[in-house]
Amino acid sequence: MRAPDTSEILLQVEGVSLAFGGVRALRDVSFDIRRGEIRAIIGPNGAGKTSMLNVINGFYHPNHGAITFKGRTRAQMQPYEASRGGIARTFQNVALFKGMSALDNIMAGRTLKMRRGLLWQMLRYGPALAEEIEHRHRVEEIIDFLEIEAIRKVPVARLPYGLQKRVELGRALAMEPDLLLLDEPMAGMNLEEKEDMSRFIIDVNNYYGTTIALIEHDMAVVMDLSHRVAVLDHGVKIADGTPDEVKKNQAVIDAYLGVAH
Amino acid sequence: MSGVLYSLVALGFVLIFKASGVFNFAQGAMVLLAGLALVRSLDLLVTRGFPLWAAIILGIGFAAVIMAIAAWLIERFVIGPLVNQDGLTLFMSTIGVTFILEGAAQMIFGSDAYPLRLFPTDAWFLFENVFPGGILVNKLDVWGGFIAGILVAGLAIFFERTKTGRALRAVADDHLAAQSVGIPIGWIWFVVWLAAGLVALVAATVWGTKLGVQFSITFLALKALPVLIIGGLTSIPGAIVGGLIVGAGEKIAEVFLGSYIGGGIEYWFAYVLALAVLLVRPQGLFGERIIERI
Amino acid sequence: MLYREAGQFKTTYAEDMAIFPIRQDRIALAILLGIAFIGVPLLADFDIWPFGSDYLLRAILLPFLILALAAIGVNILVGYCGQISLGSGAFMAIGAYSAYKLGTGVHIPLAWFDFAISIPPLPVLLAILLGGLTAAVAGILFGVPSLRIKGLYLAVATLAAQFFFDWVFLRVAWFTNYAPSGSVNAPTLDFFGLHVGTPIERYLLCLIFVTVFAVLAKNLVRGNLGRQWMAIRDMDIAAELIGIRPLYAKLTAFAVSSFIIGVAGALWAFVYLGSWEPLAFSIDRSLQLLFMVIIGGLGSIMGAFVGAAFILILPILLNRIPSELGVPLSTETITHLEFIIFGSLICYLLIKEPHGFARLISLGKEKLRLWPFPY
Repeated sequence: MRAPDTSEILLQVEGVSLAFGGVRALRDVSFDIRRGEIRAIIGPNGAGKTSMLNVINGFYHPNHGAITFKGRTRAQMQPYEASRGGIARTFQNVALFKGMSALDNIMAGRTLKMRRGLLWQMLRYGPALAEEIEHRHRVEEIIDFLEIEAIRKVPVARLPYGLQKRVELGRALAMEPDLLLLDEPMAGMNLEEKEDMSRFIIDVNNYYGTTIALIEHDMAVVMDLSHRVAVLDHGVKIADGTPDEVKKNQAVIDAYLGVAH
Repeated sequence: MSGVLYSLVALGFVLIFKASGVFNFAQGAMVLLAGLALVRSLDLLVTRGFPLWAAIILGIGFAAVIMAIAAWLIERFVIGPLVNQDGLTLFMSTIGVTFILEGAAQMIFGSDAYPLRLFPTDAWFLFENVFPGGILVNKLDVWGGFIAGILVAGLAIFFERTKTGRALRAVADDHLAAQSVGIPIGWIWFVVWLAAGLVALVAATVWGTKLGVQFSITFLALKALPVLIIGGLTSIPGAIVGGLIVGAGEKIAEVFLGSYIGGGIEYWFAYVLALAVLLVRPQGLFGERIIERI
Repeated sequence: MLYREAGQFKTTYAEDMAIFPIRQDRIALAILLGIAFIGVPLLADFDIWPFGSDYLLRAILLPFLILALAAIGVNILVGYCGQISLGSGAFMAIGAYSAYKLGTGVHIPLAWFDFAISIPPLPVLLAILLGGLTAAVAGILFGVPSLRIKGLYLAVATLAAQFFFDWVFLRVAWFTNYAPSGSVNAPTLDFFGLHVGTPIERYLLCLIFVTVFAVLAKNLVRGNLGRQWMAIRDMDIAAELIGIRPLYAKLTAFAVSSFIIGVAGALWAFVYLGSWEPLAFSIDRSLQLLFMVIIGGLGSIMGAFVGAAFILILPILLNRIPSELGVPLSTETITHLEFIIFGSLICYLLIKEPHGFARLISLGKEKLRLWPFPY
């Protein structure tokens, strides 16, 4: 795929280490994400990929290292600060609000954009109603985009897995993020669903210009979708570059095939 | 020292929580049920002319059978069907169980206050020759402490050494995995509820001797909840220590604070203490730290 | 009349977001409100059955309305925000006693400063609303632990509120204006010069309160704040990662819920009981409210009404039916039977239909829309 024109760095991870007790999940990892690109993070199971995402959006606090996002450097932040800064996220095991409809789930993604206070909402009149309708318009656009019109009022717990993943993507898109983190968006999907999801990811990147960082196991998908790939193994970054470069990297081949140390 | 009594009820809570992750609001109602079954059958047998020792053995046996039936019904009809539900739903279902047990126990066995005399309630005066008045030790408290000690030892052996105990810990850890290696989960839960029922029966013998078997026992038993929070939900020693802290703390508070802000502090002291502990150390004194993952 | 939505096209999002998007529902609601606001007073005025005596109004409709209001409050916290509370009775008491103090005049002598704070008796309406506000503040204070602790732990924290306030209102004589018996009388109910005294006036007063609060609560739960509450309930970590602040969401739920419960408490004391003791707001009340919410439906405003109606009507049925059948039960047996039935029902609903009767009703409506076809 064609790499994006800009080389502006949106997110810079520098020397991040993270340990849980004796387990060292990440060791001195550094990489960057440029504005507008699709950046993949790959690696065998237990390589620390999800931990990396958790560090980026503030759920885990690294023991060492710093993260620079949109020019601001910080060692740690709270999850809601990350979301406020424009980082959205989907999860490996779908983390939707099970008791709410697909529409409400996506509307919840607009929370940060809604301004009216408790008293206005209580009356649901004038500005409060106008705000609600305005955001409904935006959410309906996302629903159209993801082709889930028919299920908008269905409680998400009743939806099949593939659709739940789509609703979750919708919720993240509703935040209009600068950086979208996708944690195994295609895990457990069949071929058709994977194709759909790949199309959505490319479209999001193309139309909205959203920067995307994704973790994925399916190599074919990663190599097709992403502009640049970082490879983690046992918490250490072993390779970084374009898909072609990474594919030829001996360390990566060893990590995936396993070599006797 | 009612602390020992709180510990006795708290033990039952811990047992169920450890094995099934259920926060059992019904433990107090189980104490009431066990106590009523015991005292009523005892009265009946004594009036029928049984010798006291035989009546006690038969009465305790009868109460144990009742607790077994209750445990089976609870497992079969409430906890079993709710497997995989979240903790809150299970907790609310035990509130439902509380009401069923309270209603049924009183409907079957009557709802008055019934005196129970299994243990001596008079006191020893120790060290009278050392200083005037000596130290007053209630024999019932000594009995209570003794029984609590035996229970803890017995439970520890049960958990650590027996096959059922191991299965129980496996179920507590991950009931799906336990099921898949062939542990009969329904049976295990029945055993857990039965054990909790028997602990309730023991608590009822001590409490009944002190206060008589009556409905208000359930309110006192509710104090086992703050005891648990203070001790830590999963810790058997925590239940004992928590009980002693609450028992002693509320008496001391009554003496030192009661005169300033009005009496009756005992009524809420345990709960407010638990609230304070929660704010400082949410997992309790002996509990395991809760780690969240996504 | 067929229950169909065919031909009712929605052309704006506002129409699609109405509380009752289907026309037949709106008609049914209008009829219900008509009966409640106009029909009942008319029937009562002309002494027509079943309003010939005050019994139905005084002993059933009045407590039904007030408890339904309290149940709405409990449902916001438990059903929508997922924070369990066993202390609702305490917050009713806080509403009742602060309304009482404000309605009869507050005098706080500060002896050390040789100074006293005095507030003259406030009008009843203001006293009731401020009573709710006091409860809201207390709710926020007791909600703070919910930021660190969850579920079962929180249940114990709310129990602390229950037992602490039970004691405060029993032992601190200042709250009862030093009444020797501990029992206090409500101030006279004057609203803008109108005196509310007869059962039908009391009924209408409560009806207005309940209607207004039900609409406001419904607006909240289907708006942005309601979505935040439910998000926290369903998956708090994910909620935080999409920008919902747990602090704000939980404390607003505590505040709104306690406010409504407090107002209900003040109404319960002033309008229903007239004179009361702290016992009126014991833990039994808290559990009763929780039951209403579970039976009616967690996360449903209508469920609060259904639950309240059920909990009030069941004892009456238990009283009446056996004696009609010729097997009168003793009052004790009835109480115990009530316990067993409520308990069984709670367990049954939690297993079969966690969303209570309200969900059963909406399922029924789904079926009705398609009738006579199964799907």
